[in-house]
Amino acid sequence: MKLKIQRYIKEKEFNTLIEYDVEKKVTTLLEALEYIKQTKDSSLAFESGCRSGVCGSCSVQVDGKATLACSHKLQEDAVVVEPLKNMPLIRDLVVDMTQAYQTTKKAQAWLHLLDKETKITDEDEHINRVQSDCILCGSCYSACPVFAVNKNFLGPFALTRSWKYVADKREAQPAVDVLQTDGIWDCTLCNECTMVCPQEISSKADIEKLRSKSAMMGYSDPNFAANFGGFELSF
Amino acid sequence: MQYDILIIGAGASALSSALFAKQEGLSVALVTKEFPTRAQTSMAQGGINAALGKDDTIELHIEDTLKSSHALADEKMVQHLCQSAPEAIKWLDSIGVCFSRTPDGEIAQRKLGGAKHPRACYAQDYTGLKILHTLYDQVNKENIDIFNQRFLLDIITKEQKVIGATFLNMRNSQVETFSAKSVIVATGGYAKIYGKHSTNSKSSTGDGLVAAYKAGAILSNLEFVQFHPTALKNSSILISESARGAGGYLVDNNGERFCDELRPRDEVSRAIYEQMKKSDVFLDLRHLDKEFIEESLPQEQKLAKLYEDIDLTQELIPIKPAAHYSMGGIEVDANSQTNIEGLFSVGECANHNVHGANRLGGNSLLELIVFGKDVAKGAASYAKAQEFQTLDTKESQQKIDAIFQYEGGINLYDMKDLVADLFYKNVGILRKESELQEALDALKNIQNNLSKIALQDKTKEFNQELVELLEFHNMVELAQLIVLSALKRKESRGAHYRADYLEENKEFSKPTRIYRGEFL
Ligand SMILES: Cc1cc2nc3c(=O)[nH]c(=O)nc-3n(C[C@H](O)[C@H](O)[C@H](O)COP(=O)(O)OP(=O)(O)OC[C@H]3O[C@@H](n4cnc5c(N)ncnc54)[C@H](O)[C@@H]3O)c2cc1C
Ligand code: SF4
Ligand code: SF4
Repeated sequence: MKLKIQRYIKEKEFNTLIEYDVEKKVTTLLEALEYIKQTKDSSLAFESGCRSGVCGSCSVQVDGKATLACSHKLQEDAVVVEPLKNMPLIRDLVVDMTQAYQTTKKAQAWLHLLDKETKITDEDEHINRVQSDCILCGSCYSACPVFAVNKNFLGPFALTRSWKYVADKREAQPAVDVLQTDGIWDCTLCNECTMVCPQEISSKADIEKLRSKSAMMGYSDPNFAANFGGFELSF
Repeated sequence: MQYDILIIGAGASALSSALFAKQEGLSVALVTKEFPTRAQTSMAQGGINAALGKDDTIELHIEDTLKSSHALADEKMVQHLCQSAPEAIKWLDSIGVCFSRTPDGEIAQRKLGGAKHPRACYAQDYTGLKILHTLYDQVNKENIDIFNQRFLLDIITKEQKVIGATFLNMRNSQVETFSAKSVIVATGGYAKIYGKHSTNSKSSTGDGLVAAYKAGAILSNLEFVQFHPTALKNSSILISESARGAGGYLVDNNGERFCDELRPRDEVSRAIYEQMKKSDVFLDLRHLDKEFIEESLPQEQKLAKLYEDIDLTQELIPIKPAAHYSMGGIEVDANSQTNIEGLFSVGECANHNVHGANRLGGNSLLELIVFGKDVAKGAASYAKAQEFQTLDTKESQQKIDAIFQYEGGINLYDMKDLVADLFYKNVGILRKESELQEALDALKNIQNNLSKIALQDKTKEFNQELVELLEFHNMVELAQLIVLSALKRKESRGAHYRADYLEENKEFSKPTRIYRGEFL
């Protein structure tokens, strides 16, 4: 089996797509990367951790689509492996997710105030179950066309995480205020994030839910106001 | 960099310590070699113990824990752990952990091996993931500083007191210092020494134990490594105990059961290991309710498909026991403090003497939270009476520079595999003097030849080979201490099973403690 891997080592001014032969029988892409590192070129850098799809370390682009290396079954030749997009490149397949991680903080995705009276039922738990399955792998940020052009965009996983807390019955102070700028209204609803999520999360759907929740709380689309609100000035 | 409390690691033990330490009004930093939500804690599936059920009591939880420990745990610490458990769950619930619920809205609980009652609270099979991420969100809320991609090198002391630590900044291979009034080591376990025969995350290489030991901390009970009975045969990926708890069978080639599946982990692992000499061993879940599997074991279903290409509702799952949990660790007192002033430890790397010879499933996540709170209190009250000291990078930097100078052709990854195989075979489920000695000799030989395992990659930017080599150095050092401890314990107790000393021996019902090369 052959793999093409995008290599990048800044201090060596090394930036090329290199083809590797994987002679051993491997199941996953991660095993192939390990094989290459251990037997062919130990300078190849890629992240991994649990090898079971929960730690979120090993997301890369395979043939143009973000995916977890540990969950990607290798079948055919000439797979092209590249680092995630839209994040600063550190080396080879390793990207700097610092900025992406910051978005959940900007979105204040946490429980603000506990409603002590509330009791969560089995049904309530199902409401934000899938959102709380997120492993912060960053695949959705790699896929998101808005994050690509606007680094201030809160982005799919942060908004999913926000919805998780907003939807939580235990939350007495749902925070949607911080999601209005560079947030829910900036999403184009293109659904690219949903297509790549290994946990079957649809950030797009969560963003839509946040929009209606926001509308219910009296917020509206600022882009709409910017486009059509001009004549307010003339009054 | 300067912080009142420096916490090394970012698993659930580190994050909960950070949250409680912040409440004390001190400056807190978390420093980790990964990104924060990537810690091994994310992998915990089964659950977290607390006696909440109607028929369950704290006394029974204590009793089960003590029984499992084979008289090696500290009764007072176990009492404290179990008594604090309901409060710990309540706290996790209050910060938004999405625990699975019963139809009438209580936190759902299931039965894990060695427990008399369903006692493990869970979030489907994502218990660790959801706890870790919720803690992480709270850490953001409290605006606690996190430093990623920093590898712990040395814990620095001055006049028997801790004053900080040095780290390798993985981005540029430079050594950085963090000066601190108290330091909490929360770097996780060491079962990854068993390499491909371990369920653990890549990062569980025992780094924190070695740094603490070198700084003069006592390590204890290192010989006790728990083997999980059911890992996927080829990949050592864990199939949660809840699969057996719900009625899964262990069967041989002929589909015959050969042991009581709900015995403690050490016993079941041994039964499987013995059986594997005669035939393959499988976990059989075919008779379980499909809905139950989809609801409670979705991860396992996915992983069995990916790695073994089987549908576990229809087919037998090939399994083997794999190294899973480090009972031993950095010895701490009731305040989670080590024998070094100002140096604290919590989580899997610490030994609070609650697991003894065999950990009860679900007690580990529990200890992260309960002792996370204690260690924060201890570290904070100590820190309040201290001054900052300056530390330099010189010694740590010299070590790194020296490594870049190594020359020789031994392949690091071959050596890692060699140690892993050696450990599984000689320091695994069944041990005996001659094999332990053989392992020790081999390790000494490797130790003496470490400088021949040279870096192929000499770049400074995110040099992963360098980090893996440093991890390997730590593993070789710790591996020798484990074997020495295993040789010393001439008896069988819990996870430590000596084919040449089959009985438990009262003489040994105390921890094995090692300090600067000597047993205490
Ligand atoms: C597959 C699996 C399933 C499990 N299931 C359960 C369960 O159901 N119930 C239960 O109670 N327990 C379970 N456990 C055990 C439990 O998950 C662990 O004991 C626990 O998560 C350890 O947490 P921790 O905070 O001590 O360390 P970890 O979560 O391992 O975190 C260690 C941290 O230290 C950092 N670190 C390590 N070395 C360095 C270094 N040199 N420099 C800087 N940082 C460093 C890492 O980056 C990481 O952030 C399971 C374990 C595994 C492997
Ligand atoms: S939402 Fe999905 S794709 Fe995005 S980080 Fe979470 S798990 Fe990954
Ligand atoms: S749906 Fe929205 S968040 Fe998702 S990828 Fe498209 S623009 Fe980004």
